[in-house]
Amino acid sequence: MNKQKVIELLKVNKWYDDFHVLKDIDLSVYQGEKIIVCGPSGSGKSTLIRCINRLEEHQEGLVKVHDHVLDHKTKNIEKIRGDVGMVFQQFNLFPHLSIIDNCTLSPSWVRKMAKKDAEELAMQYLTKVKIADQALKFPGQLSGGQQQRAAIARALCMEPKIMLFDEPTSALDPEMIKEVLDVMTDLAKAGMTMIVVSHEMAFAKEVADRVIFMDEGRIVEEKPTQEFFSNPENERTKLFLSQIL
Amino acid sequence: MNIKHTFYWCKKNLFSNWYNSIISIFCIYLIIITIPPFVDWVFLSATFEGKLKTDCKTSGACWVFVRVWFEKFMYGFYPVENIWRINLSFLILILTIGTSFFVREKFKLYILFFLIFIFPIIAYILIRGSFGMEIVESREWGGLALTFILAIFGILVSFPLGVLLALGRRSELPVFKYFSICFIEFWRGIPLITVLFAAAVMFPLLLPADFFVDKTLRIAIGIAIFESAYIAEVVRGGLQSLPKGQYDAARSLGMGYWKMNFFIILPQAIKTVIPGIANTFIALLKDTPLIVLVGMAEILGMINLAKANPYWLGMAVEGYVFAAAIFWVASFFLSSYSQKLEKKFSTEKK
Amino acid sequence: MKLIDLKNSFNKNFQLGNFIPQFLLLFCFVLLIFYFTKNAQVNLLARNITSGFDFLKTNSGFDVQFSLIAYDGSYSFGRAYLVGLLNTLLVSFFGIIFATILGFVIGISRLSENLLLSKLSQFYVELFRNLPLILQIFFWYFVVLRNLPSTEKSLILLDFLIINVQGFYFPKFIFSNFEFIIYGVAFSILTIFMLIYYSNKLFYNSGKRLPVFKLSIFLLILFPVILSFLGNVGLKFEQAKLIQNFGIFNYVGGVKLVPEFLALLFALSLYTSTFIAENVRAGILSISKGQKEAAKSLGFNNSLSLKLIVIPQALRVIIPPTTNQYLNLVKNSSFAAGIGYPDLTSVFAGTSLSQTGKAIEIIFIVMMTYLSISLFISLILNWYNKKIAFISK
Repeated sequence: MNKQKVIELLKVNKWYDDFHVLKDIDLSVYQGEKIIVCGPSGSGKSTLIRCINRLEEHQEGLVKVHDHVLDHKTKNIEKIRGDVGMVFQQFNLFPHLSIIDNCTLSPSWVRKMAKKDAEELAMQYLTKVKIADQALKFPGQLSGGQQQRAAIARALCMEPKIMLFDEPTSALDPEMIKEVLDVMTDLAKAGMTMIVVSHEMAFAKEVADRVIFMDEGRIVEEKPTQEFFSNPENERTKLFLSQIL
Repeated sequence: MNIKHTFYWCKKNLFSNWYNSIISIFCIYLIIITIPPFVDWVFLSATFEGKLKTDCKTSGACWVFVRVWFEKFMYGFYPVENIWRINLSFLILILTIGTSFFVREKFKLYILFFLIFIFPIIAYILIRGSFGMEIVESREWGGLALTFILAIFGILVSFPLGVLLALGRRSELPVFKYFSICFIEFWRGIPLITVLFAAAVMFPLLLPADFFVDKTLRIAIGIAIFESAYIAEVVRGGLQSLPKGQYDAARSLGMGYWKMNFFIILPQAIKTVIPGIANTFIALLKDTPLIVLVGMAEILGMINLAKANPYWLGMAVEGYVFAAAIFWVASFFLSSYSQKLEKKFSTEKK
Repeated sequence: MKLIDLKNSFNKNFQLGNFIPQFLLLFCFVLLIFYFTKNAQVNLLARNITSGFDFLKTNSGFDVQFSLIAYDGSYSFGRAYLVGLLNTLLVSFFGIIFATILGFVIGISRLSENLLLSKLSQFYVELFRNLPLILQIFFWYFVVLRNLPSTEKSLILLDFLIINVQGFYFPKFIFSNFEFIIYGVAFSILTIFMLIYYSNKLFYNSGKRLPVFKLSIFLLILFPVILSFLGNVGLKFEQAKLIQNFGIFNYVGGVKLVPEFLALLFALSLYTSTFIAENVRAGILSISKGQKEAAKSLGFNNSLSLKLIVIPQALRVIIPPTTNQYLNLVKNSSFAAGIGYPDLTSVFAGTSLSQTGKAIEIIFIVMMTYLSISLFISLILNWYNKKIAFISK
């Protein structure tokens, strides 16, 4: 299986002032892979995936997305971002626009798509995430679960090849977590390359190809899913798993 | 090593691209044409020593003018030998506020009570005179002292009045509610000057001919009522921000309206809006000099008088810069203090 | 409100504990009004001043140095009121415009990445915000404008603006056949609406965007110009001329802006702009980091994300307190009395009051005027707030 390497991180280091938040990160992601990143808070998980679409800038090391090197010399960072979708913990829908406008905004302004076509595309994805009937409503009128699904649709409207999820269900009430995870599972089954920061281990077991455990800025353990849960090597991994399972 | 570091920093932050560079050059230009000449005029070339206008030979500021007129600027026409009484009153005030930092919560309430009810009487006795001290009528009060006296009076009176109005506005009883609303909207809709004119000129007409109320007192009351409307709105914001649960808890403990407000609601609400209250007070301090327009000889009035004096003609700039410095320092420190208070209370909340 | 609620609140009000305080308040208030009225009547009689508003029709007997409409001592007090009111509105109008422009520029500068710029604007805000407005007005009037060059040595900028110690002089624009320009503007506005409609349709169907803003400006200029040629619109400039009378130089003609107006305008604009700048800064900062990140992650560059995401939301936070500042500016324009600018307060509550002694009527009229302006602006603000509120459950 010679799959294309879509993301490569080599010896990536990042500091916030004096605080060393990412330490010697090495990571390769292949097309179609689903990766779960877990770990205690403050371990650098969010920072890691934010470095992939350059919402955060790393100081040392190599970050490559689809063969584009991401550093301060990169031109067209916006174009590269268009190919990497992101879903946030706080949804970050634009409150002054309706759901469908949230979805069509970027395709029409950044990709210069005709609004008509953008709306068709948006309705497609809104239907996929099962909130097509909320298209004309505003974010403030939707429940948390609906908002997050809308946010997923919005990211999908840019037809990205990679989707990053930063703790997508952490801000949701328990009864709404399932609807969002179901959407993410469908997406995974359709072949999307996904990196998900999450504590939802059941979801990980069902969907992920690899699980990465991070602690204090390092990747402590990285294994195919089955092995990760049945045979964790590192002490810290075992501790973490015992706390959340 | 250090120079290289600063050079690199400048390049990155100030001259990173052409657009940034133009802005930086423009800023540097502005700084060069304003700051050095100003510093030179105020300090370097200025004359500080002397007693006569002729002592000012340099091109810099003639601070002799300010030194000669200093007492008039500060105290107006208040008899010089009695100035210690004004100073004593302010000293008491500062000491009182100072001690409030070092005492526990319980005592702070007593201090507040003292400030609002007892201190004004003491100050009045001292400044106006009685019990054998020479009486100095309020029309002789002037200068910065007058500004502070009126501002402090305004603060002390407008605060309780404003709180009452805020409570009234949220009352369920229609008379109180609509009376408060109309009162607040009225006083917030008119400029302070019209209030001062009304107090100075119109109000005497509304009183019986033999009932004379001192002009200074009329103006002070006018200012206090005016500010109370603004305080009312600020406090109202604080009251609205309290969760309803506080009211529920207080009532379920059997507290009546006044107890509930006094012990539970108001302390929390007021803490929340301390910056708003501080801003209103600072605004009050900046508004008080307006009384110069109704013929009160506060500091700006004294400066106008001084600069019109034929001997000292042309000293307007020095006078105004001096006044500006005083107000700026007072205002700046008050707002820094309120920011500190705000931080203190917001961390307490957590 | 249901009937039962009404009934309950009615009953509640008439409960003894609630009724008595309310009644007392009303009673005291009415008593106070009577007291004041009675005293006023006695006092006015004693001073031989009649009451009533008839004085508004009598001749004022005083001149004013700056007026937008024809006025002198032979006109009525009512006319004097109008002059004052127009002057207040004039300085407020331009003050609001300048304060807004300055405020936005400084507010955005405060957020700049260029440290020099942000510190400099912070310095500006701290300086002008903490100084009393009346002091700033005095400073402009007695210091800055007094030190402008004398008439014969006036500073002349671009052959257009004449600056000296007596004021600023612009040439007066005298139009003939002005109506054609109005027609031109009306026509332009019509075409601009059509342009907007067409360009929206085009964007919807094909994704192409027309430079609507630039085209609108072009149209706004094009049609009035065309029509002024067709309609033979004439424009003469009457610039002020220097005349010497008994050794005293004066500029005559043109449009003259007196130092009183200028001092008030500059001080008001600078002072108010600091508050607006802080509002702008707070508004832009209030947009959570998450919104900007979401925009970035969707591929928006800085200027697009500002235009589509940050500014629309920031305006909602900026506009209400800014409108409040506009209100303050209008009220603060009354400081004009300090330097003799003939605004409503100084002309009416100042001069007219001292001429007629009718303090109660005059103060009443002046207060009601300002109150009306305040309420009007508040109403607009409330309407705006309702309109742009985020729609929620």
